[in-house]
Amino acid sequence: MACTRETILSLYRNLIRESKKWSAYNYRMYALRKIRHEFQQNKLLTDPTKIEECYRQGHEALEMIIRQVTIGNLYGTGPLVIEKQKTNVQ
Amino acid sequence: MILGNMTCAMTKINIFCPQKCLVSIFGHIKECRWIRTNSRQLTEITEYDSPITDEYKRGPADGRPLYLDAQATTPMDPRVLDKMMPYFTSYHGNPHSRTHMYGWESEAAVEQARNQVADLIGADPKEIIFTSGATECNNIAVKGVARFYKIKKKHIVTTQTEHKCVLDSCRALQAEGFDVTYLPVQSNGLIDLNQLEEAIRADTSLVSIMTVNNEIGVKQPIEEIGAICRRRKTFFHTDAAQAVGKIPMDVNKMNIDLMSISGHKLYGPKGIGALYVRRRPRVRVEPIQSGGGQERGMRSGTVPTPLAVGLGAACELAKYEMEYDSKYISDLANHLIDKITSNLAHVVRNGDAVAWYPGCVNLSFGCVEGESLLMALKDVALSSGSACTSASLEPSYVLRAIGASEDLAHSSIRFGIGRFTTFNEIDYTAERTIQHVKRLREMSPLWEMVEDGIDLKTIKWTQH
Repeated sequence: MACTRETILSLYRNLIRESKKWSAYNYRMYALRKIRHEFQQNKLLTDPTKIEECYRQGHEALEMIIRQVTIGNLYGTGPLVIEKQKTNVQ
Repeated sequence: MILGNMTCAMTKINIFCPQKCLVSIFGHIKECRWIRTNSRQLTEITEYDSPITDEYKRGPADGRPLYLDAQATTPMDPRVLDKMMPYFTSYHGNPHSRTHMYGWESEAAVEQARNQVADLIGADPKEIIFTSGATECNNIAVKGVARFYKIKKKHIVTTQTEHKCVLDSCRALQAEGFDVTYLPVQSNGLIDLNQLEEAIRADTSLVSIMTVNNEIGVKQPIEEIGAICRRRKTFFHTDAAQAVGKIPMDVNKMNIDLMSISGHKLYGPKGIGALYVRRRPRVRVEPIQSGGGQERGMRSGTVPTPLAVGLGAACELAKYEMEYDSKYISDLANHLIDKITSNLAHVVRNGDAVAWYPGCVNLSFGCVEGESLLMALKDVALSSGSACTSASLEPSYVLRAIGASEDLAHSSIRFGIGRFTTFNEIDYTAERTIQHVKRLREMSPLWEMVEDGIDLKTIKWTQH
């Protein structure tokens, strides 16, 4: 499978979009932080096999996030103190 | 009430229709019983309702508290749960069943988990024993080794700041006639290596010293201790529940003979742990639990496949994430300490400043009662010490062992930072802590004296 700039960017967008659906604050923030970090770390990769490998891992992560968001939201709790604060400020 | 109904029915029936009275009484009794059993069923149902009530689900009106108690337990990483789910739903086989596919697939999963755990600590997979948690590991290690070698060696060395399960195991061994040395620690929480060297005798079978302390987060010089133990030919056990997956551990480089690992301290599931037992030179332990001889006979009982898979996945993740996590956590810890100490006077950090795991910040606030600060900080989940002793108001024995005075030991708070803690949470916690410490100090007569420059230690209190 060819990994072009477009497919990788679309993977990134999908990862971010799915992670934002997480109801649990800590998992959501970690996922967003970690996805950005991983893409930053690997943005200078040039070796095509490595890029392919990272792309595959990213896809696995995306599937995992979709599954875990579903499970997590089934048993969701109320928001944390700081989430409430933010909404009050807005 | 039922009796009342019955007599009522009887009188009525007796008056109007005496012949049919017996039949209809039975009918009434039946009815009554039906109502009674039904109401009992209803109460039973409400009694066994889920403990997570709607009230819990909604949480307090101003939001659920932040979690800053990563030493007590950590939330499970979603990636770990994702690996565990298939073994909760589809692959339910007993990993020790050798006669069918269900057993084989579970066994393969358990063995892969064993490899993952071994890989994290530089061990051989055969040296990993799955247990129910670090407490069981510590019991097997301390009691097991001591009892196995009891004919020739009857002495054990440990420290005063160990976790309760090691101290209590040692207490149990003392009752069996063993000799135990509890090494004191210095004021920074570290042990004195010369003292350790002196404490080891010819008949010492085991030295048990924890890697990272659960209350003050100090990191003992494990490599040096391991070298001493190897030279003096005693076995070295370390309780690394708070260390594995957070700081690099290598059992061969550090000369560790037995090591306890806990699943739920490294973002894995609760209810599983692993004990590393060295094979060369061979360490023998007497098993505590008798049974089917699973796990090389050291810990009988079926290995819980999903939990073992979870522990393995957590270990693999920890290996991959260690560098990123430790940098992130130490940034957060430094921010927390800087913000609190720059805004408050008379704050003491417990534990060594260098040999320290940043995820555990233990601070003492002068003139503030720790428990009242915990109560005030109700929107942050914190603890003043280990979770096992958080029900009692006694000051922590770890803080007493490092020589903290009674009042400072009473005023300590432990902030536990983990993989999922965010910068905003730390900032919020620091702000709230500063606000409440100031408020509590304003109420305190002791604080007025301190501000006037009176040294509290010089005061002679006449009455108690």
